Amino acid sequence: MNAQAVKPKVRIATTSLAGCFGCHMSFLDIDERILPLLDVVEFDRSPLTDIKRCGPCDVGIVEGGVCNAENVHVLREFRNNCKILVAIGACAANGGLPAQRNHLDLRDILEEVYQTDPGVGHGGIPNDPELPLPLNQVHPIHEVVKVDYFLPGCPPPADAIWKFLTDLIAGRTPHLGHGLIHYD
Amino acid sequence: MSDVFNIDGREVPFTPGQTVMQAALTAGVFIPHLCYHPEFKPHGSCKLCTVKVNGQPASSCTLPAAAGMEVESNTPEILDKRKMLLQMLLVEGNHFCPSCEKSGHCKLQALGYELEVMTPHFNQFYPNRPVDASHHDVLLDFNRCILCELCIRASAEVDKKNVFALSGRGITKHLIVNAESGRLADTDFALADKAAQVCPVGVILPKRVGFAVPIGQRRFDAAPISAHVDEFVPVAPARQGERQ
Repeated sequence: MNAQAVKPKVRIATTSLAGCFGCHMSFLDIDERILPLLDVVEFDRSPLTDIKRCGPCDVGIVEGGVCNAENVHVLREFRNNCKILVAIGACAANGGLPAQRNHLDLRDILEEVYQTDPGVGHGGIPNDPELPLPLNQVHPIHEVVKVDYFLPGCPPPADAIWKFLTDLIAGRTPHLGHGLIHYD
Repeated sequence: MSDVFNIDGREVPFTPGQTVMQAALTAGVFIPHLCYHPEFKPHGSCKLCTVKVNGQPASSCTLPAAAGMEVESNTPEILDKRKMLLQMLLVEGNHFCPSCEKSGHCKLQALGYELEVMTPHFNQFYPNRPVDASHHDVLLDFNRCILCELCIRASAEVDKKNVFALSGRGITKHLIVNAESGRLADTDFALADKAAQVCPVGVILPKRVGFAVPIGQRRFDAAPISAHVDEFVPVAPARQGERQ
């Protein structure tokens, strides 16, 4: 066995908090490049593996902002376990679409959606103890934990994700440049 | 030739009366800016065009060029400051690019790409700024206003209508419409006004256009804003005379 063969794989965890999984879908748009990627990385907790808890990892990739109590727990679990934490997509970086509720009162929103709006059921505001409590406002993840890298875009193009990951894995400072940096 | 100054080691000629910004853009040297517009008197408010002249910070859009100036523009120190200004603008308003029709044509966004702003960095303000959709042809989305005053200047100086103004002080300063009701529909504002054409961001938008230009063909898709330097070149005084 040569030295290269025993080189440990980079362990990556991914999650979607207050996101739409669009960033994960965009990641899958790297298409067949996922095969050479899997030669050098392995996945820990991720929607792709269905592992439920994040173990010690080299890289944690977080999609979505923080909109409820569970998001905060998961985000802290990622920060505690990942050497490098990456915010991927507009929502993780600035709250994105879910944060468009931020200028509205949370109770007013819930009452309109679950009680007064004629188009939706009148079952009342859900209060099952299993449901995570929503936060008053949606926050970007860097307002809760330290974030090492940001990858903007809604979603970031697959080529941007590929460039970012290959730079990071090769030990370079990730650099996107014109055409790959997008806020939309 | 004595009417020459230096930007980042490059010689830039100027005609007396030109600002550092005007001379630089004419020579093809891009300096990031938001409140500067080639057709309007320099304003000097956004500070994005800050350079160092002989070691002192100055707004290049208002500073008259002088022979022998040593101007620093693309240095790590100044780029860092400009980046921070952009980040402060981004968190102060609600700049949700995915839903903005100006995306791809927006100077704030294009400068974010140019200066590689990967994160707003600061805590978001999430201000509550209701839109004004009262006008038949134009939507006003105040969420994106950066207070450059270009619409105010265009409406007062070119259109002679005085439709817009700033109100409030400090962090409460905001764009208003000069009508008793505060609604754009109750002014004589028209789609053909100069004020409807100059917004560098997505505040003043023509209705019934939507996302007409596909991604990939928008203003700043193919080349970064620094490559659009020709579009920002002021009309030279001599050429102004010829045109009259």
